[in-house]
Amino acid sequence: MRLPSLAKGTLLAAAVLTATLAAVPAQAQQNTLKVVMHSDLKIVDPIWTTAYITRNHGYMIYDTLFAMDDKGEIKPQMVDKYSVSADNLTWTFTLRDGLMFHDDKPVTAEDAVASIKRWAQKDSLGQKMNSFVKEWKVVDAKTFTASLSSPTGLMLLALGKPSSNVPFIMPKRIAETSPNEQIKEYIGSGPFVFKTDEWKPGDKTVYTKFTKYKPRAEPPSGMAGGKVAKVDRVEWRAIPDGQTAVNAVLAGEVDMVEDVKSELLPVVAKDPNIKMFDQNPLGNQYVLRFNTIHKPFDDPKVRQAMFYALNQEDFLKAVHGDAKYYKLCKALFICGTPLATDKGMEGKLESNFKKSRELLAEAKYDGTPVVLLHSTDLAVLTNLAPVAKSLMERGGFKVDMQSMDWQSVVARRAKKDAPNAGGWNAFLTSWVAADVLNPVGTAFLNSSCEKALFGWPCDPEMEKLRDQFARETDPAKQKAIAEQVQLRYLEVPTHVHLGQWYRPVALRKNVDGLLASPVVVFWNVEKK
Amino acid sequence: MWGYLGRRVLSTIPVVLIVAVLIFMMLRLTPGDPASVIAGDAATTADVEEIRAKLGLSGSIFSQFFIWIGHAMQGDFGESFFYKKTVASLIADRLEPTLALSTLTIILATVIAVPLGTLAAYKQGSWLDRGVMGLSVAGFSVPVFVIGYVLIYVFALKLGWFPVQGYQRLSDGFWGFLHRLILPSFALAIVFIALLARMTRTSVLEVLNEDYVRTARAKGLPNLKVLVFHALRNAAVPIVTVIGISVATLLGGVVVTESVFNIPGLGRLTVDAVLARDYPTVQAVILLFSLAYVFINLVIDVLYTVLDPRIRY
Repeated sequence: MRLPSLAKGTLLAAAVLTATLAAVPAQAQQNTLKVVMHSDLKIVDPIWTTAYITRNHGYMIYDTLFAMDDKGEIKPQMVDKYSVSADNLTWTFTLRDGLMFHDDKPVTAEDAVASIKRWAQKDSLGQKMNSFVKEWKVVDAKTFTASLSSPTGLMLLALGKPSSNVPFIMPKRIAETSPNEQIKEYIGSGPFVFKTDEWKPGDKTVYTKFTKYKPRAEPPSGMAGGKVAKVDRVEWRAIPDGQTAVNAVLAGEVDMVEDVKSELLPVVAKDPNIKMFDQNPLGNQYVLRFNTIHKPFDDPKVRQAMFYALNQEDFLKAVHGDAKYYKLCKALFICGTPLATDKGMEGKLESNFKKSRELLAEAKYDGTPVVLLHSTDLAVLTNLAPVAKSLMERGGFKVDMQSMDWQSVVARRAKKDAPNAGGWNAFLTSWVAADVLNPVGTAFLNSSCEKALFGWPCDPEMEKLRDQFARETDPAKQKAIAEQVQLRYLEVPTHVHLGQWYRPVALRKNVDGLLASPVVVFWNVEKK
Repeated sequence: MWGYLGRRVLSTIPVVLIVAVLIFMMLRLTPGDPASVIAGDAATTADVEEIRAKLGLSGSIFSQFFIWIGHAMQGDFGESFFYKKTVASLIADRLEPTLALSTLTIILATVIAVPLGTLAAYKQGSWLDRGVMGLSVAGFSVPVFVIGYVLIYVFALKLGWFPVQGYQRLSDGFWGFLHRLILPSFALAIVFIALLARMTRTSVLEVLNEDYVRTARAKGLPNLKVLVFHALRNAAVPIVTVIGISVATLLGGVVVTESVFNIPGLGRLTVDAVLARDYPTVQAVILLFSLAYVFINLVIDVLYTVLDPRIRY
């Protein structure tokens, strides 16, 4: 077939133009890792907010005293050695040699103490741990101590806490900022330097390798071990549209997408240039939170009925579909972790609607509608509330599901007003599993009435158990207390755990070394 | 004329003030609380209250309004609740991509639609006319995100002629800048091509039957000259109106295209700010849009006098 001369000319012109445009000199990109994270970085103070993207930013530029390895054990990170006195009342920590901040100043014990103090005012686990501390004392440039009023098993758990808020170490002058104000300088001692001049919110966040970082000698393991930066530059590209992010990794314009939407996973997984990596083996946990100050969930028996009305699989299937991306897990403290147990869960979370109705009858449930908040704009949450509504109605509840965007849920859940006057009875959310590994870290178990999180459960017995756990230093006894906590949680429920889910990371095949850990970190990652 | 311009500029003051009051009140009445967003999941009620006080949100709505409007009148739109950057710097960063995308879209739409519409009118009832009008209906009917994804699939993923996403600043090189803008501009231009082509056809058809066009033909002028200098020029007023409205619509309405092609423009900034309840940013961006609308309408009015000397203010 012969093309008319005009058509040939047009095609030729188009080809020449495209070739010219495509030949725009590219920057040397071999050692730049371009990544689409789960969210754009907005806030850059990891103590001021618990936002996960800010936590991930923290891991780029700050270092921690301790860190959790891939077996869930807490290992020294900035700390060279530590000891605890025979009476378990004095902890002594010594920093490693050669630790430097990005402004070329050495990391000192004063910096560490100031950072711990700021963090411990914000973080719930930090607050609990710090309630045992009489005094943090700087001994010399590299050594500091914590004198306790009574022994606690929380010291390492708290200082090695992998998720928000993480006790990152900052220079003393920055760490002295009020915890309720954002810091204004972003100087850390971590393996990457934050390029503030290149930070364009909504576009990209840039980090460069900190050449003076001194990694530990041990191989990397989880969040612990040697943090060796193997790329010169990491760029977090803000691509809010899930389809566009997937297109970008398929076309090789970015090297990795952290959060691939469930419906796009099969498209990405079958591309020969892409590999999927289950970077967070612990995954995430869905939960339904009760508001315990209003009818009907002010009655523990009505809350118990929910353990019979609901089942985990319907929720997980509705969001994730493919069973390889979720796990049914009746253990409150995450299956596969030291405190996991199925104790007390027999017959529960299996949608036994008859039993649910019986409990509601015993509780004399009068048909008060449950105001269920439905988040509509976050893909991992959107399908949860409709499933809950359906199961609850079959279990004998009346449900008034109210749809809104997530930020409206966030604002509404803070209100103590009556449900029919702008308040609420229940909503669904998700926690990173690393945040709910023990009774003290699990924020929704806090049952200290007014001081508890939204939902405001009030249960002195639960608080007593959490306090016992905090004081216990023997892991076997901690496990026994965790079992009692789970039993108490089933008796006086604060929330319902609805199973674990996973989201593999999509990587170009030439990217290697991503570590399996609760948080996506970029040391050890290289481009080949 | 100058008196008219002066009056029009002065009339923007009440418009902007009304917009300012409306947007401020609407934001405060919208459910949502930036302090809760910032505080995160593990925050207590006391933490949220403290953050609210730090953000200046604990006073009455009226005191908050007067503080904000007082600063805004001095050109200070405050600091974003989230980014800890001034709103002015955030807008400055996002202005170039949106302006670039809008400008190229309007250029593409005008360059393609006006000749097509004129030809369709000239060849009224022919296959060309029917084809142009058929494509115009299709252009109206297909959502911009579908067009965007199809263009990306064909020209970026399959043929590899263009990048899938992203924006390159003009200062980083003109060709790279243009290369990244072609697909999004074309995706966005299609609906405007459809609109403009129809409008041009209708306007040109009307003037083609006027006496002066018949006279021009009778003088023996070539068809092209008659079409361009006699028909099109006299049909230009409604076309310019549509182009002007399109520019104004584009400035605030490119969010879908910006999301599909990952262009960090004002549309995305607005949506992000609304979702996060970043009040200072939303307020400033909406004020900017209202000013842009007023300015573009003023330019259109002035252009009328250039295109049609009979129009005088």
